[in-house]
Amino acid sequence: MSISKEILDKIALSRREYQLIVERLGREPSEVELGMFGSLWSEHCGYKHSKALLKHLPLGGQRVMVRPGEENAGVVDIGDGLVLVMKIESHNHPSAIEPYQGAATGVGGIVRDIFTMGARPIALLNSLRFGPLSDLHNRYLFGGVVGGIASYGNCLGIPDMGGEVFFADCYSANPLVNALCLGVAEGKNLVKARAYGEGNLLMLVGADTGRDGLHGASGLASRTFEEERELRPTVQVGNPFLEKLLIEACLELAETDWIAGMQDLGAAGLTSAAVESAARGKGGIEIDVLKVPRREKGMTPYEVMLSESQERMLVIVKKGYQDKVRAVFDHWELHSDVIGQVTVDGLARIKEGEKVVAEVPMNLLTSPPLYRRRVKKPRWLDELQSFNVTSVPDLSPREVGPVLLRLLASPNIASRHSVYRQYDHQVGDNAVVLPGNDAAVLRLKGTKKAISLTTDGNGRYCYLNPYVSGAITVAEAARNSACSGAQPLAITDCLNLGNPERDDIYYQLKECIAGMARACRKLRIPVISGNVSLYNETRDEAIYPTPVVGMVGLIEDVTRHCASGFKEEGDLVFLLGDNRTVDSSLGGSEYLELVHSLVKGSPSIDLDLEKRLHRCCLEAIKRGIINSAHDCSEGGLAVSLAESCLLGGLGFNSRSWNLEGRLDAALFGEAQSRIVVSVAPKLAAKLEAIASKWQVPVRKLGVVGGGRFIIEGYIDLSLEEAREVWWGGLEKYQ
Amino acid sequence: MKFGIVVFPGTWSDRDCYYALNDVLGQEVDYIWHKETDLSKYDCIILPGGFSYGDYLRPGAIARFSPVMASIERFVCQDRLVIGICNGFQVLCEAGLLPGALLRNDHLQYRCQRVQLKVENNSSPFTSQCKGEQVLRMPISHYEGRYYADDVTLAELEANNCVVFRYSTSTGDITEAANPNGSLHNIAGIINKKGNVLGMMPHPERACEPILGSNDGNLIWESIVVHL
Repeated sequence: MSISKEILDKIALSRREYQLIVERLGREPSEVELGMFGSLWSEHCGYKHSKALLKHLPLGGQRVMVRPGEENAGVVDIGDGLVLVMKIESHNHPSAIEPYQGAATGVGGIVRDIFTMGARPIALLNSLRFGPLSDLHNRYLFGGVVGGIASYGNCLGIPDMGGEVFFADCYSANPLVNALCLGVAEGKNLVKARAYGEGNLLMLVGADTGRDGLHGASGLASRTFEEERELRPTVQVGNPFLEKLLIEACLELAETDWIAGMQDLGAAGLTSAAVESAARGKGGIEIDVLKVPRREKGMTPYEVMLSESQERMLVIVKKGYQDKVRAVFDHWELHSDVIGQVTVDGLARIKEGEKVVAEVPMNLLTSPPLYRRRVKKPRWLDELQSFNVTSVPDLSPREVGPVLLRLLASPNIASRHSVYRQYDHQVGDNAVVLPGNDAAVLRLKGTKKAISLTTDGNGRYCYLNPYVSGAITVAEAARNSACSGAQPLAITDCLNLGNPERDDIYYQLKECIAGMARACRKLRIPVISGNVSLYNETRDEAIYPTPVVGMVGLIEDVTRHCASGFKEEGDLVFLLGDNRTVDSSLGGSEYLELVHSLVKGSPSIDLDLEKRLHRCCLEAIKRGIINSAHDCSEGGLAVSLAESCLLGGLGFNSRSWNLEGRLDAALFGEAQSRIVVSVAPKLAAKLEAIASKWQVPVRKLGVVGGGRFIIEGYIDLSLEEAREVWWGGLEKYQ
Repeated sequence: MKFGIVVFPGTWSDRDCYYALNDVLGQEVDYIWHKETDLSKYDCIILPGGFSYGDYLRPGAIARFSPVMASIERFVCQDRLVIGICNGFQVLCEAGLLPGALLRNDHLQYRCQRVQLKVENNSSPFTSQCKGEQVLRMPISHYEGRYYADDVTLAELEANNCVVFRYSTSTGDITEAANPNGSLHNIAGIINKKGNVLGMMPHPERACEPILGSNDGNLIWESIVVHL
């Protein structure tokens, strides 16, 4: 075999994989064929290291309409004839190289996944990670990514409801940019991504095809990278205006019966769009690359098939409806060209005029080798987890106030308004609870219902304990939904990790998925779609394993929703959930890193309590008993209380709160399964009765009101002072 | 009476305007594709927000050449009402139907947030249902919303009572801090001299129900209905 290592590296295939292709094909692949294999067998498209693990996630459920992988995005039924379509996807590598365009095209890609199914996109969220903002390059990446998301999403007129952003050293060279899109459709209008029906036509719509983005799937997303500047030309440039026209045209088509299917062109471009949709339709395809409209002269068939030019859709037009479909695209001033047809021979046949340049059985392309390995817990992890809290001194009462201010000013906790005010979050006339709360809430016009949306993920926890943190990620997202009054409906997940060919990374991946699966089962929440982003490392330094969960929840009556800020003077403040002070809850906390520069210990969670807590909170909101609900996460209980004050513009006063155990753990420990709620005094007894019904511990903390944040004997801050540091903590870097 | 909402390629507030007028206020509304030229059945034309033609070149710079715009010019000459919101305001300025221009926000960032607007002129067809100096709450959402005009034009606008809305504090004070984009004189909305064309950057159609945080935007639609 004469294939060079250089070529194999370019398409990220191993020599053994190449041999497997030759064996299965019975001959050496042509250049185009090899390129197609490289893309489709990449981790990004083929999930070769993760598929065996991902199948442990619970995928089914009463409301689940399609299983992950069957379509471009997951679908859940919410009654009233409506379905929600949701997916999250990473654009980490492109964003590291070219933050503005990388993030922008990440939004463009995820939006296409949604409207390709006939659903109107109604919300975007983003989960972002960067290195510390003290570094100029990280500020450039942060500003570029937020600007790119804003420029693309705002132009489309899809509200961006926030999400999350965190900072840690490990993301310095490798930021994470995960984009989530949610759409709504009438169930009967759902469009399948299937190419079927002999003689049906393959119509390519939207942008012309150029040389941009070659090897995006196989190169960028499937290997670590060292020489990023060299790769800059592989990042695509987005045209959101064109995408907006595609949305309207494709949604118009979704209401007709003129098309058999639709599939967007994303990673691996025409190759994956054509092959994957034909494989789902159990047929074959024939494409003539000469019919593909080009942006540049002299493109080879290889380049046409692997281009990742943005804003392109493949529409499978039923025989005889070509003119009608074309008229819709003409109205929206979009190019459309028939480039091939559906066949029944099970082959992917690519021609250049009359010359066949690739002819491969479909099933070979779509069945990459799947890897599964036995790995042991790495020893370095034992060391990290064996953290002894007594090795750090407790805080004195005098120190507590200043530490609280430091935490509020930390970019990981400070107000995110300077990010989400750059996103149009109000277009659509649906936003009921805005970004900046535990979960955003959007009402669904024409119904009494609303949905909540949140993304969550804590890489630091996951670095310390991937199994437990997998579970915590799911639990926290569900807790955030519960705080908004929404029953968790479904999850879409994005698993961002390092190189899975390394044992310790594979261990993280495996444990993290197992933990997520356990929490999903316990809380009865299905995973309906997702994405893996592996090889997030530079010079052998991997990022924290960072699972991100996007969750949609359902509120049956939109008037019964809840936000995080205190609402009324005189309300009583209670803590629902675990109220013991456990020293080990300092493990992995923001406090421990910020004040003691330690990333050690191990988080823990009691999923039974978690489940009861959600039910308790949901019942209290449904019955209109509580006025606010905010979960305790980064920064612990003190930060959670302060945030409820700052969001509501009201103070807090606690006179009789006897703090037990270590002060730092009591105030800044990050024990899970806790929600701070406020309630009118006359309804307090009802809240206590609901808590007792669900066997959820409840503890009175204080009273809402005044202009100060007071825990008598420990903290006495003016709200203005707290607001200033919290408001400016992240804003000052933008 | 009938409202017409113009849809350019890239427009997106068309649906929200339709919702506020039709679903909330029960008015008759049609969409008007930008290639249409017959506006005879409409009493008020809305140029809604969005990114017409992707805001490429300059916001509104391409849309102003759409076939519908010549008809809108005639419509304005016939003393009928036109309201441009956000991108619509930009289109009206580009078309010369309103004076001045909308430049990039002074901080060079997109801005989506709730603002307060002081009603400076409540005798226009668009504001008759507002109280004098009333402060309205509604969202803005734009990258190019900094109103600019030369000194002579500004003086003329002020002298003729053409400044209808100014960014203000919740108590109606016109301060620099209340100005979200660096607009001259805190200008958020203006009318032409005849008073039948309104351009405003904030989005009244997004303030149409209490559950969205405000329904102050309805005062504008209701004023139009009363006028007609």
